[in-house]
Amino acid sequence: MSVRLEASSLCVGYGERLVVDTLDLSVVGGTVTAVIGPNGCGKSTLLRALGRLLPARSGAVLLDGKQIDRMPTREVARVLGLLPQAPSAPEGLTVADLVARGRHPHQSWYRQWSSDDEAAVDAALAMTGISDLAERTVDELSGGQRQRAWISMALAQGTDLLLLDEPTTYLDLAHQIDVLDLVQELHSSMGRTVVMVLHDLNLAARYADNIVAMRDGRIVAQGAPGDVLTEAMLLDVFGLDARVVEDPVSGTPLVVPVGSRHRS
Amino acid sequence: MAVVAVALVLLAAVLVVDIMIGDFPLTAAQVIDTLLGGGTRRDQFVVTELRLPRALTGLLVGGALGLSGAIFQAIVRNPLASPDILGVTWGAGVGAVSVITFAGSLGVVTGGAASIGLPLAGLAGGLTAGLLVYALAWRQGIEGFRMVLIGIGITAVAGNFTQYLLTVGDVQDAGRAMVWITGSLNGRGWEHVVPVALALVVLVPVALIGGHVLGALQFGDETSRGLGVRVNVARSFLIIVAIVLASVATAAAGPIAFVALATPQIALRLAGTAQPPLFGSVVVGGVLVMLSDLVARTIYRIELPVGVVTAVLGAPYLMYLLVRSRREARV
Repeated sequence: MSVRLEASSLCVGYGERLVVDTLDLSVVGGTVTAVIGPNGCGKSTLLRALGRLLPARSGAVLLDGKQIDRMPTREVARVLGLLPQAPSAPEGLTVADLVARGRHPHQSWYRQWSSDDEAAVDAALAMTGISDLAERTVDELSGGQRQRAWISMALAQGTDLLLLDEPTTYLDLAHQIDVLDLVQELHSSMGRTVVMVLHDLNLAARYADNIVAMRDGRIVAQGAPGDVLTEAMLLDVFGLDARVVEDPVSGTPLVVPVGSRHRS
Repeated sequence: MAVVAVALVLLAAVLVVDIMIGDFPLTAAQVIDTLLGGGTRRDQFVVTELRLPRALTGLLVGGALGLSGAIFQAIVRNPLASPDILGVTWGAGVGAVSVITFAGSLGVVTGGAASIGLPLAGLAGGLTAGLLVYALAWRQGIEGFRMVLIGIGITAVAGNFTQYLLTVGDVQDAGRAMVWITGSLNGRGWEHVVPVALALVVLVPVALIGGHVLGALQFGDETSRGLGVRVNVARSFLIIVAIVLASVATAAAGPIAFVALATPQIALRLAGTAQPPLFGSVVVGGVLVMLSDLVARTIYRIELPVGVVTAVLGAPYLMYLLVRSRREARV
């Protein structure tokens, strides 16, 4: 498979502070990548820079080999979709309207709505299982439903690449599994390429093909979950004393923190 | 398409009704006949010289104010955002009142000079205030709430300056200026229709075309940019269109209160959408001003300025908005 999205010697920062420091990353088409790391390590910043929301201080982000900040933003939006952390919608907007706005990059002032758009919206709603909520307003949905609505919008955008910034935040465990199962389905049945920031290491291990562990704006380890999620890495990256055992269901690594109460 | 047809029929109907009523009552048939070139000479005079230009000015000014308010409210995501509150109309007030008082005391504002100088000064004042608010609110982009706060500040400055001008001018000029800053369609003729019509012919299509990004602009900046919107370019462009619309309208009829504020919210409720519909706001604004003017010129034995009627209707609405937005602090 080919490399779809690439960071090359990428530096990104806010003001004086450099948050992503000379980072190299290649995202291969058709894979699910999870970015993990302690709070403030630069994982959300990396994701924003990959989605051209933040400019590169130096280095570059390449989308299909082309420098992303030199491409028209609308053209990028037809290939790459992104879902920010805790996005906000105007009051009173219905789910159907929200999802329809995902079609924006495919529309223009002379062609504002087409049957393609209609079909894409219907498909996106069906895929996330919220077709029956289409006429409800976004503010009256539960957390899990709302996240599905936003993911539907990203799906309606019809992009091969999806960047998700902590798609499971504020969701209970059942809804987290729900959302990640959906991501898995996008990947396996539709061949989408997904890069997501995740906090839960065990879920990252179960759902990602590739794990990228970051600390202080740099990548410390990357590769298959079994290779990256080791006791040594956890101590090094998170400063966490933990055992790693085999997940009895999936066979992927399962992180079990020790904590002071059980330290011998 | 059906909605557009219904809206245009409604506009035409209100226009005919507006022309029917007055000191020389006409029937609907007489009005339509006269508009198509028939009728007696008296009917011709009443319709085409007196009532039609006045009604059209009201229609166009209302449409421009409605559209301007709809753009502001959609971008700022706040039902309080409107050219009245963002300083544009009071800026136009300063421009116009300056001409009335200063030029008046020099004895040069008569006839033609007044009819050209006044709207031009209003236009310049509105544009200046609007662009000033815009420039002061710019900080690596435009943020709605900051713009509302700065707009309230500029409105206060411009309002006080206008009051000052009224105090220093002589009594007759101040009287005329008061009528102007109330917003009035009295004595509006074809010379008032033409500039607003020209502005609308250009700006309505521009706004409707540019407005296709409004839907994608309604989210946080990151989401909008993710959808391929050049957020700052699109927002700046639409705000400038809205400032020009409000300034042109105010130049023609004075600052008619509350129309730009209330129209988008009425249109939004009629259309059942989450954001103010642009075309719908043009229609609702036009109908609102025509009907208010009909009330203003017939309710009392002298013709009242239309701004009196819209203020009486609009003030309680503004209070309702303020009370409501205090209760739920989100926008």
